[in-house]
Amino acid sequence: MDIFYPVQLFAKRISFGIEPLNFFIYDSIKIFILLAIIIFVVSFLRSFVSPEKTRKLLTKRFPIVGNILAALIGIVTPFCSCSAIPLFIGFVESGVPLGVTFSYLISAPMVNEVAAVLLLGLFGWQVAALYIVSGVIIAVVVGFILGKMNLEYLVEDYVWKIKAGKNNFEDKVTLKERLYQAYLYTIDLVKKVFPYVLIGVGVGAFIHGYAPENLLTSIAGKNNLLAVPIAVMIGVPLYSNAAGIIPIIKSLIEKGLPLGTALAFMMSVTALSFPEMIILRKVLKPKLLVIYILILALGITFTGYLFNTIL
Amino acid sequence: MNIQVLGSGCPTCKKLFELTQQAVKELNLNEKVEYITDVSKIVEMGVMSSPVLAVNDKPVIVGFLPDIEKIKNLIKKNL
Repeated sequence: MDIFYPVQLFAKRISFGIEPLNFFIYDSIKIFILLAIIIFVVSFLRSFVSPEKTRKLLTKRFPIVGNILAALIGIVTPFCSCSAIPLFIGFVESGVPLGVTFSYLISAPMVNEVAAVLLLGLFGWQVAALYIVSGVIIAVVVGFILGKMNLEYLVEDYVWKIKAGKNNFEDKVTLKERLYQAYLYTIDLVKKVFPYVLIGVGVGAFIHGYAPENLLTSIAGKNNLLAVPIAVMIGVPLYSNAAGIIPIIKSLIEKGLPLGTALAFMMSVTALSFPEMIILRKVLKPKLLVIYILILALGITFTGYLFNTIL
Repeated sequence: MNIQVLGSGCPTCKKLFELTQQAVKELNLNEKVEYITDVSKIVEMGVMSSPVLAVNDKPVIVGFLPDIEKIKNLIKKNL
């Protein structure tokens, strides 16, 4: 039996047979429960893995192994775009190769717990897993290619002049403190994200109930080769609304948007964000920033085509 | 003695700065909390996440927003 069956009954009872309202209540409650539980677990686990600890793992490795490790660590470590700069400098300074640093910088925001929860709740575990696995592969491949291009000279010069301190920050926290900290973080994040979820689910419910079937099949179907790159481009300025966009995507898929195009769009929303690029410009010369964006966008577009072809 | 909050100017960093100011006030300390937005200072301290709370140039909180009681305890412990 579906563990959300009671929620389903409740939603049906209070929506008076209005289908989009039923849809809205059910999805909102389900995502709220999943967000609270999964974010709590992830932020508790993540209190054991800090970037300061992981960087030691990444300095001396075989090329591709370092990229894989960096992308995997990117899934669990905390990442907010405000940490991108100290993280970048700290990695590069301590001898982590540039390509490995990029693998981390791609995977950390793209494969994040909020996107995973929404995909899990709305699309099921298969699509969530597909998103996570392909996100990690893109991070590994793009980071590997960038590493092979020897672009160190395109990192802003001041970065190399900073002397990283040897202050071994060791946080001795008790289990109780970790749990409490995870609890504080969960409340903070759910508060921040949930308004977007409500808006997204609301718009999604409206599309679900009132937009004509096959609305997108003709304009954004698999036969339109331009649909994937356009979806990637539209995703760039939409960063802060990642939580609100996935529920809308779900309804658009019902109306004929192919899954590959949808996944490419979501990846672009999370990984190619405009605010993050502005932040990265502080450490990357314009040429490197453009190369980074282009290769990442190509990787995401390719993934979109791939899934449109094989699914 | 010095108390510093370091961050890149993100909302979480500002919140930590405000909480720290309040903590200092509640502890009846006559210290000014310094707010530093130069990220290279974070790296020079040997850490990589923002925000950072440092007491006497030693990082005591790195990369998350604690509650005010924890800030008070850490300031008292590291004075």
